[in-house]
Amino acid sequence: MKLPFRSNIFIALGLLTAMLAPFGISSKFQLDVLTLIFFTAYLGQSWNILGGYAGQFSFGGVMFFGTGAYTSSILLSSFGLPPIIGIFAAIFMGALLGLVVGYLSFRSGLRGSYFALITLAFAELLRVLANSVEFTGGGVGLFLTYAPGLYNLQFTSPTGFYYFSLILLVISLAIAIWLERSRFGAQLVAIRENEDAAEALGVDTLKCKIYAIMIMGGMGGAAGTFYAQKYLYIDPPISYSIALSVEMLLVTIVGGMGTVFGPLIGSFVLHTVNEIARHFISTPGLSLIVYGFILIVIISYLPNGLVGLFRKTRKNKENDDA
Amino acid sequence: MLEVKSVTKRFGGLVAVSDVDLDVAKGEIVSLIGPNGAGKTTLFASIAGFLKPDEGEVILNGKSITNLKPHKICRQGMVRTFQITQPFATLNTLENIMVGAYANTSNKSLAKSNAERVAEIVGMTSLLYQTADGLTVAARKRLELARALATNPQLLLLDEVMAGLNPTEIDEIVDVIQGIRNTGVTIFLIEHVMKAVVNLSDRTYVLNDGKLIAHGTPNSIASDPAVIEAYLGHGAAEAMARGGKA
Repeated sequence: MKLPFRSNIFIALGLLTAMLAPFGISSKFQLDVLTLIFFTAYLGQSWNILGGYAGQFSFGGVMFFGTGAYTSSILLSSFGLPPIIGIFAAIFMGALLGLVVGYLSFRSGLRGSYFALITLAFAELLRVLANSVEFTGGGVGLFLTYAPGLYNLQFTSPTGFYYFSLILLVISLAIAIWLERSRFGAQLVAIRENEDAAEALGVDTLKCKIYAIMIMGGMGGAAGTFYAQKYLYIDPPISYSIALSVEMLLVTIVGGMGTVFGPLIGSFVLHTVNEIARHFISTPGLSLIVYGFILIVIISYLPNGLVGLFRKTRKNKENDDA
Repeated sequence: MLEVKSVTKRFGGLVAVSDVDLDVAKGEIVSLIGPNGAGKTTLFASIAGFLKPDEGEVILNGKSITNLKPHKICRQGMVRTFQITQPFATLNTLENIMVGAYANTSNKSLAKSNAERVAEIVGMTSLLYQTADGLTVAARKRLELARALATNPQLLLLDEVMAGLNPTEIDEIVDVIQGIRNTGVTIFLIEHVMKAVVNLSDRTYVLNDGKLIAHGTPNSIASDPAVIEAYLGHGAAEAMARGGKA
């Protein structure tokens, strides 16, 4: 799919706004929410590559995040390796985990809910493992020292982390745009739509799916380093939390699977809804109910996500023109 | 070009394909016919790598491809279509064909121009931007053909590309297949439409109950008693012969 000239301008304007946003936003809280939106969108995009483009739904996407977080944190606390290098080790370990999980599950032909469950199992396995071995700090977790500086990927103000998350987001969008334009992306979509037909037409479906989960793994690994350096504490329930696995697929499904901007739009809408609900409803727990209700409405009326809504109106317009 | 040597495929106790030998020479159109359930599609799937034959060997251009995966076989120049069409439903015609074209190039604009060229050969130029789930049965059959052709094969395995088409559409697709053969592609097809089999094929194999029962030119096959019995039941050949005399 070729992006028309108008959407290029749209992207450039969006990027410019995002880059200038910290100068216009004085509230630390708002900047922090934006950072969280970008971070979730980034994780959503990592899920989207395997789930949205290649059609392989995973329920354990958090395993890459957690593994990345432990990788760079252990390298920092035990070996003094600065996270600016550690983040690449985290990417590597995430991709390597992707290779192992992908090889084991795709090799034996797991698809659909079976694949989803095996990823969930891997994430749980790693959580239990992280809890019981010593070098992860076990159940106590790992505390990182606060030493702001670029080489530590720690920043004194929220602005630093805002730009950090923005860079991650831009990279994830670039990967998705590359997928839309490349042979690899077309092959992933072919696998999603019909794996047998793709295989018959010369697509090495096993290799493509493994590459996709490795990209997802690498992206998740970097996200782990981001989180660890921002909050300076990780433990097994945080690093391998099922909630985060769910969140990354949720923002993508709400925004639109298999689209470049789906995860970002989904993340934006869900976080905004969540914050607004929390702001206006003081009864504890009620905001979550409102949040859940809106989620149900979006999913039942927009099976193609919010991006599908735009697409539909655009297509109708094209038909009217013709 | 293609040699199938005593291929057998079993599903549990059922022998779906039993000790089949056949060959397809370069430039030929060879057809495989047989009653429903004879094992034609199973034989195709065993040849194209979707099923592993229990016994026997499949040889393409002198090299054994018996246990290769379908995508590898595709790269060696043999590609199959599916009897029940398997379009990439949410993609449009052009994108569908491009997946096939990507077998030979990673360049998007090259894949696109190849796909457009193939679309023209199969007569789908006006449908390029139509999504596949909105195509008619006839158009889906063409799309199967187009995608396979876009991989630039030496040998095409066509599994009932005419089933479900009306006579006009059949005539059109027969012309398309003739055209493809004239570009130097060898064709091996499963077909039920006898008129097309007779018009198209140089040679015909007949499969019944997983076994080859006859082989020859389409016209000689049509009068073969074993073939008539396979289709019409035991004693039919005799009855027809008597009926012919009377």
